[in-house]
Amino acid sequence: MIHSLFVINHSGDVFMEKHWRSIIPRTVMDYFFEAQRQVVKDNKGHEDVPCVIATPHHYLISIYRNSLYFVAVCMSEVPPLFVIEFLHTVVDILEKYFSECNESNIKEHYVVVYELLDEVLDNGYPLATEPNILQELIRPPNIIGNLINTVTGKSNVSSVLPSGQLSNVPWRKADVKYTNNEAYFDIIEEVDAIIDKTGKQNCSTVFAEIAGKIECCVRLSGTPDLTLSFINPRLMDDVSFHPCVRLKRWENERILSFVPPDGSFCLMTYHVGCQSAVAIPIYIRHNFFLPKENSQSQTGKIEITVGPRQTMGRVVENLQLSIPMPKFILNCTVTVNQGRATFDPVTKILLWDVGKIDPTKLPNMRGQIHIQSGALILQSTPSVNVQFTLTQIAISGLKVHRLDMFGENYKPFKGVKYLTKAGNFQIRM
Amino acid sequence: MATGNLGLTYGGQEKTPSLSGETEFAAEAGAPGGLFHADYKRHDDLKQMLDSSKDSLKLEAMKRIIGMVAKGRDASDLFPAVVKNVVSKNIEVKKLVYVYLVRYAEEQQDLALLSISTFQRALKDPNQLIRASALRVLSSIRVPVIVPIMMLAIRDSVSDMSPYVRKTAAHAIPKLYDLDPEQKDELVMVIERLLSDQTTLVVGSAVMAFEQVCPERTDLIHKNFRKLCAVLVDIEEWGQVIIIGMLTRYARTQFTDPNINGTIHSEKDKPFYEESEEDEAKEKPTESLVLDPDHRLLLRNTKPLLQSRNSSVVMAVAQLYHHLAPREDVAVVTRALIRLLRSHREVQTVVLNSVASMSVNRKDMFEPFLKNFFVRSTDATQIKLLKLEILTNLANESNITFILREFQTYISSQDRDLVAATIQAIGRCAAGIKEVTDTCLSGLIALLSNSDELVVAESVVVIKKLLQTHQGSHGDIVGQMARLVNRITVPQARAAILWLVGEHCEKKRVSKMAPDVLRFMARTFANEQDVVKLQILNLAAKLCLSNPKQTKVLCQYVFSLAKYDQNYDIRDRTRFLRHLVFPSTEHALLAKYAKKIFLASKPAPVIESVFKDRDEFQLGSLSHYLNSRVVGYMDLPGFPAVAPDSNVRNVESPRPAIPVTSVRGNSAVASSKGKKKETFYSESSSENEEVKDESGSSDSKSDSSSEIDSDSAESDSEESSEEDPDDSVNISQQNIVRLSPSLSPSPPSQRLSRTLVIQSSSESEYSSNSSDSDSIDSDKAVKTVKTSRIPPTIPKSNLDLLLDLDVSDSITTPVMASVPGIPLGTLASTPITDCSIQPASAAYISTRPMELVSSISSGCGLQILYRYTRSINLYSASMVTIELTLVNTGNEDLTEVKITNKIMPVGISMHEFTTLASLPVGATRLVTIGIDFGDSTQNVSCDLVASGKPIKINFRPSVGELIRPVTCTEGVFINEQGKLKGMNEHNFSITNTSELEDVKSISTKIFRTTNMASINSSDPNTLRFAGQTLTSKSLVLVTILVGTNPKLTVCCEKMIIGSMLLAELKEALKN
Repeated sequence: MIHSLFVINHSGDVFMEKHWRSIIPRTVMDYFFEAQRQVVKDNKGHEDVPCVIATPHHYLISIYRNSLYFVAVCMSEVPPLFVIEFLHTVVDILEKYFSECNESNIKEHYVVVYELLDEVLDNGYPLATEPNILQELIRPPNIIGNLINTVTGKSNVSSVLPSGQLSNVPWRKADVKYTNNEAYFDIIEEVDAIIDKTGKQNCSTVFAEIAGKIECCVRLSGTPDLTLSFINPRLMDDVSFHPCVRLKRWENERILSFVPPDGSFCLMTYHVGCQSAVAIPIYIRHNFFLPKENSQSQTGKIEITVGPRQTMGRVVENLQLSIPMPKFILNCTVTVNQGRATFDPVTKILLWDVGKIDPTKLPNMRGQIHIQSGALILQSTPSVNVQFTLTQIAISGLKVHRLDMFGENYKPFKGVKYLTKAGNFQIRM
Repeated sequence: MATGNLGLTYGGQEKTPSLSGETEFAAEAGAPGGLFHADYKRHDDLKQMLDSSKDSLKLEAMKRIIGMVAKGRDASDLFPAVVKNVVSKNIEVKKLVYVYLVRYAEEQQDLALLSISTFQRALKDPNQLIRASALRVLSSIRVPVIVPIMMLAIRDSVSDMSPYVRKTAAHAIPKLYDLDPEQKDELVMVIERLLSDQTTLVVGSAVMAFEQVCPERTDLIHKNFRKLCAVLVDIEEWGQVIIIGMLTRYARTQFTDPNINGTIHSEKDKPFYEESEEDEAKEKPTESLVLDPDHRLLLRNTKPLLQSRNSSVVMAVAQLYHHLAPREDVAVVTRALIRLLRSHREVQTVVLNSVASMSVNRKDMFEPFLKNFFVRSTDATQIKLLKLEILTNLANESNITFILREFQTYISSQDRDLVAATIQAIGRCAAGIKEVTDTCLSGLIALLSNSDELVVAESVVVIKKLLQTHQGSHGDIVGQMARLVNRITVPQARAAILWLVGEHCEKKRVSKMAPDVLRFMARTFANEQDVVKLQILNLAAKLCLSNPKQTKVLCQYVFSLAKYDQNYDIRDRTRFLRHLVFPSTEHALLAKYAKKIFLASKPAPVIESVFKDRDEFQLGSLSHYLNSRVVGYMDLPGFPAVAPDSNVRNVESPRPAIPVTSVRGNSAVASSKGKKKETFYSESSSENEEVKDESGSSDSKSDSSSEIDSDSAESDSEESSEEDPDDSVNISQQNIVRLSPSLSPSPPSQRLSRTLVIQSSSESEYSSNSSDSDSIDSDKAVKTVKTSRIPPTIPKSNLDLLLDLDVSDSITTPVMASVPGIPLGTLASTPITDCSIQPASAAYISTRPMELVSSISSGCGLQILYRYTRSINLYSASMVTIELTLVNTGNEDLTEVKITNKIMPVGISMHEFTTLASLPVGATRLVTIGIDFGDSTQNVSCDLVASGKPIKINFRPSVGELIRPVTCTEGVFINEQGKLKGMNEHNFSITNTSELEDVKSISTKIFRTTNMASINSSDPNTLRFAGQTLTSKSLVLVTILVGTNPKLTVCCEKMIIGSMLLAELKEALKN
């Protein structure tokens, strides 16, 4: 399965390697660097490095996260998703440990990382990837912990097998105790949409979908058994669950019944498909034009107005528009009546930070686009990537009915929060 | 990075160990190469620290060493110093030494051997974590000398108490196998043992070892197949992936092709609508093709995993369905795959790759989700191209306009690769769908005037292909393209134009231009790319043949230019062409046909998906992704024409099996294992001939009735097995009925306590059963087995009832279903007034349900059948258990099936079944209700609501069902009968004596009518039956005298019951 792991930073240094079987020399990474160079040559981003590279004797499967490449080396047939998913799990674990998985954190905690890597894989096969178990085996580093260890001579490494490893609920630690028992549920929905222009000013929705997830933060003592029910569970088209959710119960009754892991986790994700009507909270009126190919003019025009639409009575907040301009554009000079607009001449991105939409005075941007002199003008139209949030509402209309707890005697504090964000929200100009 | 100088100064300071290893690394980074001295010093320092007696110093040293290892620096010269510390008491030092050892043992084998004895000792440690890690390290140091020691350690560890150690042992097996493949035979035995392990923790790793060592030994899987299917949901995610992969291959060798009827049509890539038509026609036969129950089990048990959060699990299930499921079932994976498209970029790439491959043959599956494959400007190029590929695969007449409009936006995209690929895609759509060929062609021609050269070039290439496939005169188009030669610099496009000009050189408009084109090309010949040069040669040859007057000289000129070209292909081609076009007289034979050779009509290229030929690889595998055979790839075997014997998967001993909540399902499942069933029923047949016949006939009925029956039953059983991860048992004989615990929220540790187990087997079998439940790991259940065993004083009861029921916090109706035709167990805890009178089992249970509401009268296609199970209702002992069979014969799914609006006379209560969320079309569900009739035969009516529509139902019990059988000795019977004289006694003299000759048939008739038990009688002419009313527990005693003066006597404290029963019995005996 997975023979070795190499971690590569932005500048192309292998700063960490781990081998679970025989040592594979670092030179195998040359193939990876070559692929990377090729991508840079083609003027593409880091995302375009192929995630599977076949070399004569090895197969390099990589992921790119937090501007680090994690490259797994395999030597025989293995489902590529297995490796990719595993690498992401490793990064998730490291994020849980160090709050952020970046180069300096890994370098600072070489030993902990190494111990973790040793625990998650055995001979290339996943052994323990459940964060709760790992955190019992190897304690996450923190200042107080270090202090205690220095004073008492205890170590970060557990000498007994974590109870979760053998239990039916491996995701939950035994003997959890809190003075304040609380359970918070954040229902976060992201609107994915592609909106196209048809005709002059009208925007038509080509595709719209809602992807939701329920992020929980559960701090409850003992082994509580929770059930969460929705007022309108049938909205959800396709769901995926944390392993703690009892699938049968969902299938039969549309109720989430689970023994939660301790701490923060993602309980479920769901989709509200494109079959049902998705409310699009904003609209954009735009006017974008580049000078004709053979004209002498070196300037084009851009004008954008944003307005609210189907917001369910909430205010659109944190509105941000980013427009990747074609490469031949030298600069944009725009004036806005709200927020701040900047143009990055290197990445060629025009970023407009709007903020809240005030329906009485619609945000508006207008200005000129300057073309590089002598550059070939291609009539390509950029698309606008939109970010926004709507608080206290799930745009699909999903609502939690009730949350019950069984198995423990105390009364927990329960909280549910709704939030709608723009996911992959694109408007073609 | 520090410079070399810095490194030196650090070297001097290193006498004092720094607390954080970080400064060390900074220094070290500058050190490699020239600073040998500093390096040496540092290691010296580390050695000193390792040799010290302080744990903290050792730990510090080890941390620094591990830091070096992590950075990939050589720390091998410290090996002796480190290995000494393997005996350290400090767990963290020890762990780090282990890490170091695994890294360098291979290089320093002799020294590594020093540590072996420590591990051997640690393998006996009482702490399971220490045992496990010792085994891990021992198996990870790749030193061939210790193979025997490893083998020994593995063999010991597979029988370790701790599942964690057993799991580690499973991981160690492939390591040993890599080291010494000769150990295979012995390792296979170990694997076999691990495969039958009962804990889910071990099973995943065991299968992994199986896959590594002996994937060809499918015979090892047979016995574990059903268990693996049953516990799959409870195994950790990584294990699931491996098991599903293995089961896919296994299923391919064991089951027949589910699409055997449809394959011929489905394999061909026909336009979508034709296919669907054919599918409709084919649907019927495919459906009637009965899948092996195990095949179905596998598909059903993997389906819930589509909801896993782990993308590789979802992909594994998707490929299983792709390779194994009947065509119409594969669509269930679509949504899950679409969901993965919101995941990380890498996941998207791999999933889209698989989808692209699937969409070649399974258009209908993805067509509804077309929009999900629309390209976004933020996607990575690779993903964009894959999406484009999928869109093209999915294109058909109905959605092509939609897709083309989408393509149009892509052409103006900033991503050049996407633009090029889009034009290719338009070409493919045009070639594939006749209706739009002309539109596409004109669109592509319009692109020829695009300002972007890339677009033009790509269009040229595509138009060339299209013109080839598209018959007709294209003089205009070719002429227009010929003019582009000056402008376009992309070699492929130039070559394509030249080829087109050559091919159409006899057409009206082209013929005039062609010589000019050649003249122009001849001028630039030397600077052209090879592809273009070859096409210039081709053009020259063709023109020379068709229009020698204008071009002969030009052609000769080109040929002589090419003769001295650097590329040997071009030189060869020139030589070849020259002899055909300008033959020297003696070789004129071929030259005569030159024109035919060059200007023959050429077959059109087939424009098709590049994913077309990927079928040979298993979906989702690395080989499939790379489209080349990867080391270690195992081909997916084809389906066998005839399935091998499915009995190999039966497990021999009648173990406590997957719990079933229904009776019908039980018989249906049992019926699939023919031989077993025989023995199963023969047990009861000795008791009651009639019963056996009954059950036999009902069996065959449930056989012939559709698969759906067993479906519902099996899905029920899944439910309970999922809830209980430890319960890794197989579906075989279902002597066990269990409450589904899923409805009552309880911590998993307590789940087992809710299980209700009824064993219908003889006393001798009991022991084997209890030992089995021992192995299930459920201490609690075992305990209850022991406590609630029925005292052996009851002679009649050959059944044991294991019951541990906690009704109070259970929401559900705890009703145990019964096995038809089989005497049922009694409830040990039933309140009994007189200890000499014991509850007994029903002697006869009707297996034929009677109709309560017909599908017509219900108005919504719901048919309701009812049957008295004659089993003890678990909710209340005074309730009559009625099993309702709900069949949806309509053509709409029913939802929210429940009982409401109960109209009860005083003293009568009812316990309804839990609401059924849905009842799909054609589905059958068994539900059980309990009614306490209060010892009366009053009507109980209620509404059964389905999809919000009430259906009136009435229950009016026959008096015989209000009685529960009891046994007692003959003496007690006569004594009790003596108390019930006068008003309580009802007599009837039987006149028609001829019917009473057969004692046996009388008993049967009595048993059918009323639920009573027969009492041993000393007088052969006297038959005695005893029972007890359900609510008031008053005795009901029936005596039948046969012989000269036949007489029927019913004694009961409740006169009404007595008289009614007499009437019913009279009626029964007459028939």
